[in-house]
Amino acid sequence: MTEMVYGAVPTHVGEPTLPKWWRTVDKWTLSCVLGLFVVGLLLGLAASVPLAERNGFDNFHYVQRQAVFGSAALVAMVMTSMMSPTLVRRLAVIGFACAFVALAMLPVFGTDFGKGAVRWYSLGFASVQPSEFLKPGFVVVAAWMIAASQHINGPPGKLWSFGLCVTVVLMLAMQPDFGQACLVLFGWGVMYFVAGAPMVLLVAMAAVVVLGGMFAYANSEHFARRIDGFLNPDVDPTTQLGYAADAIREGGLFGVGVGEGQVKWSLPDAHTDFIVAVAAEEYGLVLVLILISLYTTIVVRSLFRLMRERDTFIRLAGTGLVCMFGVQAMINMGVAVRLLPAKGMTLPFVSYGGSSLIAGGIAVGMLLAFTRSRPQGGIADLLRGHERG
Amino acid sequence: MIRTPLRPLARILAARAKGENPDNIEKENLRQRHAEIQGKSRQRSEGRLLVLGAFFICAYALIGLRMGMMATSEPTEPVASASGSAIAAQRADIVDREGRILATNFDTYSLYAHPQQLIDAEASAAALAQIFPDLDHARILKDFTGKRKFVWIKKKISPEQKQAVHDIGDPGLLFGPREMRLYPNGSLAAHVLGGASFGKEDVDAAEVIGVAGVERQFDSYLRDPANGAEPLELSLDLTVQAAAERVLYGGMRLMNAKGATSILMDVHTGEVISVVSLPDFDPNERPRPPVSGDPSDSPLFNRSVQGVYELGSTFKIFTTAQAMDLGLVNASTIVDIRGPLRWGRFSIRDFHNYGNSLSVERIIIKSSNIGTARLAQQIGAERQRDFLSRLGMLEATPFEISEASGGRPLLPPNWSELSAMTISYGHGLSTSPMHLAAGYSAIANGGHYVSPTILKQNGPQLGPRVMSEDSAAASRRMLRQVVTEGTASFGEVAGYQVGGKTGTADKPKPSGGYYDNKVIATFASMFPAHDPKYVLIVTLDEPSIIAYGEERRTAGWTAVPVAAEMIGRIAPLLGLRPQVEPVSVTDITLTSN
Repeated sequence: MTEMVYGAVPTHVGEPTLPKWWRTVDKWTLSCVLGLFVVGLLLGLAASVPLAERNGFDNFHYVQRQAVFGSAALVAMVMTSMMSPTLVRRLAVIGFACAFVALAMLPVFGTDFGKGAVRWYSLGFASVQPSEFLKPGFVVVAAWMIAASQHINGPPGKLWSFGLCVTVVLMLAMQPDFGQACLVLFGWGVMYFVAGAPMVLLVAMAAVVVLGGMFAYANSEHFARRIDGFLNPDVDPTTQLGYAADAIREGGLFGVGVGEGQVKWSLPDAHTDFIVAVAAEEYGLVLVLILISLYTTIVVRSLFRLMRERDTFIRLAGTGLVCMFGVQAMINMGVAVRLLPAKGMTLPFVSYGGSSLIAGGIAVGMLLAFTRSRPQGGIADLLRGHERG
Repeated sequence: MIRTPLRPLARILAARAKGENPDNIEKENLRQRHAEIQGKSRQRSEGRLLVLGAFFICAYALIGLRMGMMATSEPTEPVASASGSAIAAQRADIVDREGRILATNFDTYSLYAHPQQLIDAEASAAALAQIFPDLDHARILKDFTGKRKFVWIKKKISPEQKQAVHDIGDPGLLFGPREMRLYPNGSLAAHVLGGASFGKEDVDAAEVIGVAGVERQFDSYLRDPANGAEPLELSLDLTVQAAAERVLYGGMRLMNAKGATSILMDVHTGEVISVVSLPDFDPNERPRPPVSGDPSDSPLFNRSVQGVYELGSTFKIFTTAQAMDLGLVNASTIVDIRGPLRWGRFSIRDFHNYGNSLSVERIIIKSSNIGTARLAQQIGAERQRDFLSRLGMLEATPFEISEASGGRPLLPPNWSELSAMTISYGHGLSTSPMHLAAGYSAIANGGHYVSPTILKQNGPQLGPRVMSEDSAAASRRMLRQVVTEGTASFGEVAGYQVGGKTGTADKPKPSGGYYDNKVIATFASMFPAHDPKYVLIVTLDEPSIIAYGEERRTAGWTAVPVAAEMIGRIAPLLGLRPQVEPVSVTDITLTSN
């Protein structure tokens, strides 16, 4: 009896981690994210030079930083994607709590870097923007609550998550950072929609948004000017939007050539909010279409995989993460082509920014963890299909 | 598939009977129900996720399409593309009484640069300095090679200059559409029109604001889009204005005067048909206000309304008119004019010795200071002041150009009896020629005050009565006699029965006292004298001519011939028929001719 245990070859229960990860992870999304990261470096070579020059660093200072942060982000992404959904959930809840506290402490310890909104902690060598880390954490926590509410005798999770959402949005709006606040609100809305929001409520919400917009247009001069500026077909060439539109026109199909672009010298946010304009000018429409297709692939592919997911929590959290990611890219590019009113928003994985990169890496890592293929009880579907047939 | 038993408790009861733990069965039931819920919610989510996916695909496709459209469209010149209907003619035109354009708008371009986008800053700066000789080459070069991102080069450029700048071919040189104010008649009526310049301006458009004259006075009216670009109609007559300006300019040169002004006013409506102030300027290139020297020597100074002078003997007619109106005298009353007339340490003298006594009529004809001073003594300071106030002589004229409010009369600090005596012959009270025109209009139109106006009027605008019809008529007869047999004998214009009064006033020194060789010579006239239609004031500043071997400065030798020439030129333009047969100055008019 003893020798049967003693000295026996230790075996793993189930598969080894790495092969299992490689087998189950969504390799399309993974490669698209890698592609985005490469494009980001490529654009950083062009777009961050003026910033480096302004701040007195050597030309590719910010590219090096981007590469360092990007590598860290990729490591974080891979590690996160190897975790089980339960572990992801547990860590995300802890992370959310930390980020929430950090966000609350911002007015006391934060700095505004002279930009008028207190959003950052300065760590000397780098700055951290807690709201970037808060977003994925919030999605997971909210998804967890909503999923719990669908259990028999579960808590009123939808209400809880809504309360949490409103709190976070208000805190962000007070910084003020309306962009992030809108993203958080959007992420929650998407999850609620997928979790089965009643149609009547959706229509009512749309009506409220339209009415609120009209009210804001009538009462807020700032808001009205933004909208007027957007609706006006003649764009003032000296505004950021004007420069961006001009840059896209200049670029044409194949761009004016690497390093030949002009727009990056005129736009203060060329390396973040208007990086698409730089891309369009220097590399042309081709690179922009590649960028768009990368984002489309990530979003559509992830949504497709989540469609088969039976676990409510995983499905909701995954949906929230991918939609937030997708919509952020959409707004950034939509502003540059004047489909949307001006709103500062970074292009995930492409724009320069340490916090945004690492937080993006973690978020995509979570997404990859949620979209890994796992047994979904497909037999039942097949059987039901037969019944129907 | 396992059927759910119809009775949910059946299995639990059965398990109890077998002695098994019924909780397991309960848990199994719950698990099954969860699985079912999950399945259902997954199915519902499937549809909604599909919607989300479709939404994202559509949105990204839209962005891609839009990006493609923008990338394949031609890059347009950013500034010119923003032009269009937004800056069409906004400021209303200004026209004369016949609708002839005095001021209008003209589309042009401004030139500016984005130095950071210049390909060859040195070459561009050199080329610009060649196109615009007034630009400072070194300064442009400094602007272009420095850190500046935006440099205005020219506010207005001509089409030829624009083409020349185009030909430099530097993308950093840009044009902004502009609407500029154009005065097609050049310096004609410059002081009335004033001028305009740019107010708030940006790359795409600039606000045109009036800086002087009617442009400033009626700025809000001209700019108001609610008027539908309805032109502002002035009372000026362009042809009369041109003739008057030409004659006055010639007269000013001939009489060696340093400045001159003339006002032609309709005595019934108060409309100013022509108003000239020389030297003048071109409102298209309005000069900068002088920073040193006497502002009244600047071409910008409007002598007709801003210049307040002691207008001398031209005021005598007001004294006699008031004395007659009060019933103190009539035209033939004899007044003692033995001089000099002493009052305290002052003594009043006449230009010549006119004997011991003169009738009121002859006092005007001969222009006796002592005679009018005697009349003023009879009238008294209080009544004189009141009378001149009703003639509008104590306030700035209501003339509607922005400078008029600056033409405030200079009154004596206290209106003593001595003041009354000097004011009676036009010293001690300084008024603008426009005041004088309004005062003479009251005599000409039969005793009503009319306020001078630059706007076209419909019909007479007679104000309150200031003297009786008879006093006015008697005054007119005297004025006519001044021309036929008095100091203004050069003023006779065949066929137009000019009546008027000369005035030669010594100019006051800024340090006090009077110059003895500098005068303001004025001729205030009306024509035709038997039924005046117009009043003409001609004032020359420091005229001096040599005639008959003598240096002469008096109005009779200087202002009067200029006025006569002017009347001869403008009366036909005004549509007045010359009266070829001599008629008396009584109210007989020819009914057929």
